[in-house]
Amino acid sequence: MKGFGKYVIFLGSLFVRRESFSTYYKLVLEECMQIGVKSAFLFILVSTFIGAVTTVQTAFNMVNPLIPRFVISQVVREMTILELAPTVMALIYAGKIGSSMAGGLGTMRITEQIDALEVMGVNSSSYLVLPKIIASMMMYPMLVIISGVCSMVGGYLVGTFAQLLTPTEFISGIRFEFNPTEISVALVKSFVFAFLISSISSFKGYFTKGGALEVGIATTEAVTTSVIAILLADYFIVDLIL
Amino acid sequence: MIKINHISKRFGDKVVLENISAEFEKGKTNLIIGSSGTGKSVLLKCIVGLIHPDTGNVFYNLRNFTDADKEVKSEIRREIGMLFQGGALFDSKNVEENVMFPLEVLTQMHADEKRERANLCLKRVGLENANKKAVSEISGGMKKRVGIARAIVNNPNYLFCDEPNSGLDPQTSILIDELIHEITHELDITTLVVTHDMNSVMGIGENIIFLYQGHKLWEGNHSEITDSGIEELDDFVFANKVMSKMRKTNS
Repeated sequence: MKGFGKYVIFLGSLFVRRESFSTYYKLVLEECMQIGVKSAFLFILVSTFIGAVTTVQTAFNMVNPLIPRFVISQVVREMTILELAPTVMALIYAGKIGSSMAGGLGTMRITEQIDALEVMGVNSSSYLVLPKIIASMMMYPMLVIISGVCSMVGGYLVGTFAQLLTPTEFISGIRFEFNPTEISVALVKSFVFAFLISSISSFKGYFTKGGALEVGIATTEAVTTSVIAILLADYFIVDLIL
Repeated sequence: MIKINHISKRFGDKVVLENISAEFEKGKTNLIIGSSGTGKSVLLKCIVGLIHPDTGNVFYNLRNFTDADKEVKSEIRREIGMLFQGGALFDSKNVEENVMFPLEVLTQMHADEKRERANLCLKRVGLENANKKAVSEISGGMKKRVGIARAIVNNPNYLFCDEPNSGLDPQTSILIDELIHEITHELDITTLVVTHDMNSVMGIGENIIFLYQGHKLWEGNHSEITDSGIEELDDFVFANKVMSKMRKTNS
């Protein structure tokens, strides 16, 4: 509970003694490049393969001839939109971006760069962390959308090349009884997960004490705590909205 | 002028600073000396506000810094320049950007003016050709000089240096000491240096306080330090072989 209280106070500190809008604008753009653009390749690669593998495995389990083949792509769609794109990608995001945030801030802490900012009269938490959280909440939903599309494209390519189902069957399955609320759920999840990962990882990194070993520990804790928070939030969001 | 009144600080059961009072005058190079782990850096951090003391106050030109609200603290901090032990340069920025940084966040200057001012400060510390270099490309001594340039770029009234000679060879140490001393007189600022280097003490110590196990044991200048008659200070001063030889020769 003490840690949670410290986390809440930390979040509050992001909004006091803020810098100018132009400063944040520049910092957010830099973070967007770091977080979004430089992560896009990994997300495209992982989601394409997950979509492809899900298609093959679903087809492998569909042994009943009475079940139409388009159900395969329907299953891929449901899994992709509800879980794979927002949640599984969030776990990868926590590993890649969360650890990088915690490691970067932890290193800045132990090399006194954060102290240097404070001595200059800059609110270091607001200057360093707020742009990361804003950029994360802007870029992660986009990455989730890209992942969703890539996953279905991966499923389509493998499903049709391996002749598991025809292109028409795949498209029919993707469209069959589609509920647009699922997209809203995925986007709500992506905003919440982005906030949790960026704020928890920054929190862990910002309060690092000691040396290189402690930076490593903070990084590991950042990923572990973020993953637990993602799984809990995932359950609550699904329970509330669906 | 900086005045500290009855500063005490403890971490858990360990008393790090006990009732320290002192005055650091304007236009002088003030030194806080003592062995490792004696509370020098903690005292410096209390003075600049990175650590809040348990008791006591710090005054900057009669303005109470310790109990001030965040706005006043921020205002005072804008008059402070600090050189950290490891330089604390921002890895993501090059040398010039590091020096320009205080101007970016503290002033409304035009970009060209900022660059001009940063390059002037880099020239002052003898690094006019290193402005585009990455932090990882420069040596320890250069990092310290970039740190000094960054600390003075905003025309501070107060300059703090935390062990400016640590990790440097004796020649570079002397250069850094001389640079700090010259800048103090040139800009007529209050400079406070934390050190345990006897070369610095004898070279630039105009006003020195000696800390021992969290207590202030002595205050004076570099010409008085060898005749203090305080055993702990003598142990510290004459631990160096050269100083020890000098003592034997004199006696």
